Amino acid sequence: MSPRAVVIVGAGMAGMRLADEIRRRDPDGERVQVTVLGAEPGPAYNRVLLPGVLAGTMSAASVTLYPQGWAEDHHIDLREGVEARAIDTAARTVGTACGAKIPFDALVLATGAEPRIPPTEGLSGEDGTPARGVVAFRTLADCLRISADARPGVPITVIGGGLLGLEAARSLAVRGCAVTVVHPVGHLMERQLDTEAGAVLAKALTRHGVRFRIGRTAARYLPGDGLKLDDGSHVPAELVVVAAGVRARTGLAEAAGLPMAGGVVVDDTLRTAHPAVYAIGDVARHPGATPGLVEPAWEQADVLAGLLTGTDPQARYRGTTVVTRLKARGVDLTAMGETTTDPDDEIDEALRLSDPARGRYAKLVLRDDRVRAAIMLGLPDAAASAAYYYTNDVPVPEDRLAVLLGRALPPAAPAQDPATLADTATVCRCNHVTKAQLTAAWRTGAADAAELSARTRAGTGCGTCVPLLRGIAGWLAGREQEAS
Amino acid sequence: MTGTTTVAPTHCPYCALQCGMGIATTAGGPPSIEARRFPVNDGALCVKGWTSADLLRSPARLTTPLVRGRTGLRPASWDAALDLIAAELTRLRAEHGPDGVAVFGGGGLTNEVCYLLGKYARVALGTSQIDYNGRFCMSSAAAAANRAYGMDRGLPFPVADLRAADTIVLAGANPAETMPPFMRHLAPCADSGGLIVIDPRATPTAERAALHLRPAPGTDLALALGILHCVVEDGHLDQDYLAERTTGFADAWRAAAAWWPERVERVTGVAVADQRAVAGRLAGARNAYILTGRGAEQHAKGTDTVSAWINLALALGLPGRAGSGHGCLTGQGNGQGGREHGQKADQLPGYRSIRDPAAREHVARVWGVDPGTLPGPGRSAYELLDALGTADGPRALLVFGSNVAVSAPRSTRVRDRLAALDLLVVADIVRSETAALADVVLPVTQWAEEGGTMTNLEGRVLLRRRAVAPPPGVRSDLAVLHGLATRLGQPAERFPTDPETVFAELREAARGGVADYHGVTYDRLRAGEQLHWPVPNTDHPGTPRPFLDRFAHPDGRARFVPVTHRPPAEPTDADYPLTATTGRVLAHYQSGAQTRNIDALVAAEPEMFVEVHPDTARRHGLDEGDPAVVVSRRGRVRATVRHTPTARVDTVFLPFHFPGDHRANLVTNPALDPVSRMPEFKVCAVRLEAAPADGPPDEGRAA
Repeated sequence: MSPRAVVIVGAGMAGMRLADEIRRRDPDGERVQVTVLGAEPGPAYNRVLLPGVLAGTMSAASVTLYPQGWAEDHHIDLREGVEARAIDTAARTVGTACGAKIPFDALVLATGAEPRIPPTEGLSGEDGTPARGVVAFRTLADCLRISADARPGVPITVIGGGLLGLEAARSLAVRGCAVTVVHPVGHLMERQLDTEAGAVLAKALTRHGVRFRIGRTAARYLPGDGLKLDDGSHVPAELVVVAAGVRARTGLAEAAGLPMAGGVVVDDTLRTAHPAVYAIGDVARHPGATPGLVEPAWEQADVLAGLLTGTDPQARYRGTTVVTRLKARGVDLTAMGETTTDPDDEIDEALRLSDPARGRYAKLVLRDDRVRAAIMLGLPDAAASAAYYYTNDVPVPEDRLAVLLGRALPPAAPAQDPATLADTATVCRCNHVTKAQLTAAWRTGAADAAELSARTRAGTGCGTCVPLLRGIAGWLAGREQEAS
Repeated sequence: MTGTTTVAPTHCPYCALQCGMGIATTAGGPPSIEARRFPVNDGALCVKGWTSADLLRSPARLTTPLVRGRTGLRPASWDAALDLIAAELTRLRAEHGPDGVAVFGGGGLTNEVCYLLGKYARVALGTSQIDYNGRFCMSSAAAAANRAYGMDRGLPFPVADLRAADTIVLAGANPAETMPPFMRHLAPCADSGGLIVIDPRATPTAERAALHLRPAPGTDLALALGILHCVVEDGHLDQDYLAERTTGFADAWRAAAAWWPERVERVTGVAVADQRAVAGRLAGARNAYILTGRGAEQHAKGTDTVSAWINLALALGLPGRAGSGHGCLTGQGNGQGGREHGQKADQLPGYRSIRDPAAREHVARVWGVDPGTLPGPGRSAYELLDALGTADGPRALLVFGSNVAVSAPRSTRVRDRLAALDLLVVADIVRSETAALADVVLPVTQWAEEGGTMTNLEGRVLLRRRAVAPPPGVRSDLAVLHGLATRLGQPAERFPTDPETVFAELREAARGGVADYHGVTYDRLRAGEQLHWPVPNTDHPGTPRPFLDRFAHPDGRARFVPVTHRPPAEPTDADYPLTATTGRVLAHYQSGAQTRNIDALVAAEPEMFVEVHPDTARRHGLDEGDPAVVVSRRGRVRATVRHTPTARVDTVFLPFHFPGDHRANLVTNPALDPVSRMPEFKVCAVRLEAAPADGPPDEGRAA
């Protein structure tokens, strides 16, 4: 049997991951022949790490996903700079910009998404491309363009106070730019945060040098000058970074007549309405996946690789538990679950902590001891454990306060005062010596710490208890003196 | 007390620190232990060391060979026992070929015994089937060190160097309980707030830490990658060091790049801020060390996990720099020497590969045999045990210094395989659980009763002199091997019984090898020289810090190894919702065969327990002190519930020192590391049940 021809359209994080997962299961290409078409020239990179590139803490080279020659070594026909133009579902071919028709047994759409430029006057030219001084924050090339202008003190305006916009803003603040975020909605990250969290977040980011214009819309862009807002005010900007959402790149699929719902609709096998066409990543719409995040794309690649290679015909994608994590230096924000709907007082337990002065906010909604929703801002430990409980469906400890704070309150410190230390308390763990044994040794003639140690072996192991041992010797001596 | 007391210098018989101590003997009285200044312990000892002499005169000692008859094990003469073994081995070899008989060694045996055991297997038995319990201990660390540095010397620096460190990361190690005097070397760093401990449990070691990270069991690899990520992102890479002393960073980074800290946080439960803090503290330290232990290593991905920690150390330029470094904390007394002299399935003495034609030729010449007669590599420890008595597996097994019925994973299976043998021979000092299953039991000498060398965790070769006479009827392991070899027709001089004579031969066999002992002599050790291998000749001062100038690969560079995280072999699910992890307690050692026979230690830790978070225990209706059963797909272990508020709610801890249906290994998962063949002792999926009151023993019943 000749190997099945799989053509992947899109050489980004989703498409390349799928090629990689296929080759993990079928290293020599015995089951599947893989062709990847990448419209953009240049190697695939890790989009998650772009805030680091923007902040200047990571190099462009360090975010590359695969080394030169990797595809060839893994029998993957990677065609960079080759754009897919049309799918002929009847003939099962995909046509490219250069006129070639590539036959497939299975076609995978992994074309991702493209930034949405708001219809603000002056932001984009007539052909829809961004105007001079306007850059979307989406690709590595975008990052490098922004970086080139991001000198200390340069005024930059970010349009969009969602996850990506705030990551960009914080990164640019790291570089010393004068950053202003313009966000049209009433609070930041409104899809993940409630109003109060949004306000605390704005305050926290302000402390890190980001300014905000919240609830305002850009009315007009004047190149080289800045933005005029809907209240008539002016925000200076040598550069405008647009992070106002994305839309799935569905052109190919729409032209092929596949059903859409903001993206190409897929089932649990990642199949579209056409039996030979699949979609993964940001271009796909699955009810259990949140677009824009890499985890769903990678989990989908894992499932689809099992299906396409036949190594796991039962594999199904059931959705991804999403935890939103802001990658912004100095600001620790995590959100998960239904954070924006009110908890049901009958069945949910809701806990809140608000400390705006110190940039801290926690909201935890529990049901049956499980995390149903959480926002953790400025509480890194609590965020990590809440996300862990949520992801792994682990019941949270009874000590709710500890869960909310990320650590248990220190227990009443064990008495290290020789006088009040219980007789049964272990002083030396290495040699299992209690205070009572030390007292007994004293009574039978030990006169200082060294002699206590010689008689009981306390303090002869790891040495940690030696200060306490000295304290006990002093206390015993003092008691003796009093008695005489 | 009467008579003159003489004190002989010796070393503790337990862990790899090999604390110096004195053994005092008085005519007519029992021997006792005295403190002795020695660089690794500075006179300190833990309760195991202090009580170690108790076992010398213990009523539990075996003093006569035992042979199984119709009514069980019965005393027999040495000649009868050895004749019987030799006859059976000869018969089984004739029927099943040389690989029909197998040998299992231990990491507590002296270098001389390890060496002669390997020689006995390869030359007298001609079998490839030899491995040892160090496979369950050091194999992942050894494999990772070999691929990174070209040499596996647990600590490539003396332990005392740690006293000058300002940051130390302990990844999966709990020395406060497993080698307490070692904590003295960590104390200066801990006292100044520089100790970082990575452990799912809040151990006594973690209590000393300024920063304690608690990853979910089985996620240490992801954590190391996340910290490496922070090192790169925060600009801590030591670029000059990478360029001058290493190769392969780009590929290792590409594998690690997919594990950014936020992703790692979700997998491990360790906050990004803490990952970043570790990176920052290591990078900001003048002297920094990363030390790994079994917590990182005893996984089906243990080798890659250690590689991830080594990659981190290399990225920061720590290994091979004076005052900094990476190392692993070896477990067993001779865990280091035990992996160098040929009792490992793929090794010949001097840490030589049995696949290397030059190594085979060298060793065969020393042994006076044709290199072509030496067998190739055999099965690894668990695979060997798993094959016993099967169609193409060995029919006989000789066990020295190991208690596999308790210490190997998936005990029920191991017990069944041992029972399927035609011949099981166990040489031990007490009637261990494995000895109780044997056809022939041979009573042998222990530490203070025999001479020999040990190599401690820092590659220091130590001379342990004979200090007390063994009980009548007991023979040394060397004498046993001599007796068995000569009965199989080997020339007597090929299997000497005098340790120094054996060592002289070992020096030749190891000469020019990675672990070169050629320059070590008993005379030099008697004179008090501190010798860390390699010691290529008798004028050589030894090599306490072997990587200062170059690593042991031919190009002198350390190698980054690209590694990536994957989940534990057995994830939790609805039926087995908790993770079980295993480990040691202070009062006991390994399978407990020795320590369970010492009253003071039994009094300190008398019974099997399971550490459970109080919430988790309550959900199961279990109070403190209740009897419980921990159940996995492979078996059931009975244990008393110990409420542990510091435990993770999703994890239970089982100590592995107890026998019978209290064996932690009844539940452990024998999923093996693809490189080191280390079983996954540290993580498996279990559920917790209340124990049926006075139910029938349910050991091994399938869950």
